[in-house]
Amino acid sequence: MSARYLPYILILPVTLFLCIFFLYPFVLVAQQAFSTGNGFTLDNFRNVTGHWKFPISLKNTLLLAAAVVPVQVVLALLMATMVSRMKKGRDMVLYIWTIPLGISDLAAGIIWLAIFEQSGFLNSMLSGLGVIDKPANLLTYQNPWIVFVAIALAEIWRATAIMLVILVAGIGLIPREYYEAAEVFGASPWKRFMRITLPLLRPSLSTALVIRVILAFEVFAVVQAIGGTLFPVLMSETFNYQFELLNGGAAAAIALIILAISIGFTVMILRLLRVPKGATI
Amino acid sequence: MAEIQIKNVAKQFGEYQALHDINLTIADQEFMVLLGASGCGKSTLLRIICGLETATTGEVWIGGRRVDHLAPKDRGISMVFQNYAVFPHLTVFENIGFGLRMQKMSNDEVKRRVERTATLMHIEQLLQRYSGELSGGQRQRVAVARALAMEPDVILMDEPLSNLDALLRMEMRAELKGVLAESKTTAIYVTHDQVEAMSMADRISVMHEGKIVQAASPIEVYRNPAAEFVASFIGNPPMNFLNATPAGDGKWSVAGNVVDGPRANGPLQFAIRPEDMQLSDAGLTATAKVVEPLGAHLLVTCELDGKMFRAVLDSDLTVNPGDALTLAPQADRVRWFDPGTTLAVA
Ligand SMILES: Nc1ncnc2c1ncn2[C@@H]1O[C@H](COP(=O)(O)OP(=O)(O)O)[C@@H](O)[C@H]1O
Ligand SMILES: [Mg+2]
Repeated sequence: MSARYLPYILILPVTLFLCIFFLYPFVLVAQQAFSTGNGFTLDNFRNVTGHWKFPISLKNTLLLAAAVVPVQVVLALLMATMVSRMKKGRDMVLYIWTIPLGISDLAAGIIWLAIFEQSGFLNSMLSGLGVIDKPANLLTYQNPWIVFVAIALAEIWRATAIMLVILVAGIGLIPREYYEAAEVFGASPWKRFMRITLPLLRPSLSTALVIRVILAFEVFAVVQAIGGTLFPVLMSETFNYQFELLNGGAAAAIALIILAISIGFTVMILRLLRVPKGATI
Repeated sequence: MAEIQIKNVAKQFGEYQALHDINLTIADQEFMVLLGASGCGKSTLLRIICGLETATTGEVWIGGRRVDHLAPKDRGISMVFQNYAVFPHLTVFENIGFGLRMQKMSNDEVKRRVERTATLMHIEQLLQRYSGELSGGQRQRVAVARALAMEPDVILMDEPLSNLDALLRMEMRAELKGVLAESKTTAIYVTHDQVEAMSMADRISVMHEGKIVQAASPIEVYRNPAAEFVASFIGNPPMNFLNATPAGDGKWSVAGNVVDGPRANGPLQFAIRPEDMQLSDAGLTATAKVVEPLGAHLLVTCELDGKMFRAVLDSDLTVNPGDALTLAPQADRVRWFDPGTTLAVA
């Protein structure tokens, strides 16, 4: 067997697997989205985007991503920098900080529901301290901002660690000599972070951001648990079309719209954090 | 003026004593080489001087100012790192200008200084490249240019040439020495390569196990090693040693010969460099074991008094393994060491 073909032969099984279990279903979904039974049509998309809930759920999804992702980037960078400087107990702290990763998103939603609901921790604490007279129901349509904040908090709590682990690995790859050189040449700790850590972290940062942003557009279980129907997002609309309205074509259309948005943002992030041509990081 | 004074500096890493009570004064514009085997504490001393490491005890003074409590940037120093530490995400221009930018220097001034030092290091045509597009030698030049652009009082270099191949190393050695002399900075240069040390230094500080054993000019270190370690570390092939026992007033018995020596209580070590001997009628009798014709001269490894004994002889001679050689040491080149203290005895 020629060595030239060997790599291709070796990746064949994976390629086949992906074709059968990813590409083929994807084609089916696309087919479903672009047809209503008789030939090619954009009816499903028109139908879905014309519905009054579509702009709201799109806005909610984008708003949530815009609120959650920047906070997570900053938090993850801060935590990663701190962890990287620790000499002892570093693994221990990392394990503790990544515990939320081991909890399913629905469970995470339920945990935060338990904090915010009428008989929850927050209410008991506030009334126990005498701040409020009696426990109030915070998660209602009268308090959209509290619902939003509760969901954002749950998302931040749940999914910051996934960025953290990627960034910790990335920071670990930056040679210490760069920091020493920067220090000798007069860079303050802040300057070292801005001029050395951030630029050299670009590959890890873009990976972490892409993963996190894609996850943000797929947000569902946490929103469902805390906000229910008060806070519609794109994914909950997909769910509704498929399982409440039994409209597979419309569900497929929304799924494709989410995919398109994800691809759009991925391309944008990769562009934004691109390493200059010639620079090796 | 940037004289460097190191006063009673010691460094401990946990239980491990990396540096013992170092005292050293380096004159303004002097080129001082710290020479020693790997792990003897050269880098640690350099890092204490530059402020990347703090001494456990002791003081560092630069230009009459005590600096050991100051940040590296406030010490008037710059540094060339062993692995260059040329930032991969910045162009050569921005690398050289890094320190200047940190000082918030104007764009014009940065450009002027970067271009001047780049020209000095012959890398002016590489300014827009990234580190990944440079060869090891070019990266080395960028690292030196970056240090020079700061116009520092003191420049510190930690094995700056150790990652280059032999030919490039020899070329850079001469060039670096010229550039540094020109810039009138005080330089401390760390190396484990004795040839590099001998060829570049105004003065060499030989370090061994966290101590400075001798600090003197290259020729002094070579001719009059202060201790057995220096004698065997410097010179290739190294100095020969033979046991000497007292044979009367100022006379010593060395491998069956009686030689003049110092007035001391014995025993001593008799030491002679391989090139300081000649074939003669009278002298030390050795048996040749290995003969290596090196072109310029003949290196003969002999056995003498049960020890290895090397002689560098005229390349015209014909010597075969097994031959008995009578070697006469040049009297004024013989050195004596106390086997107890390992120090030189006059
Ligand atoms: N940060 C450190 N922690 C513990 N030991 C160290 C540290 N830095 C250096 N050492 C030890 O100190 C000794 C001297 O190291 P170094 O100054 O780097 O030697 P050299 O540069 O002469 O090769 C070595 O034995 C090394 O293991
Ligand atoms: Mg070293």
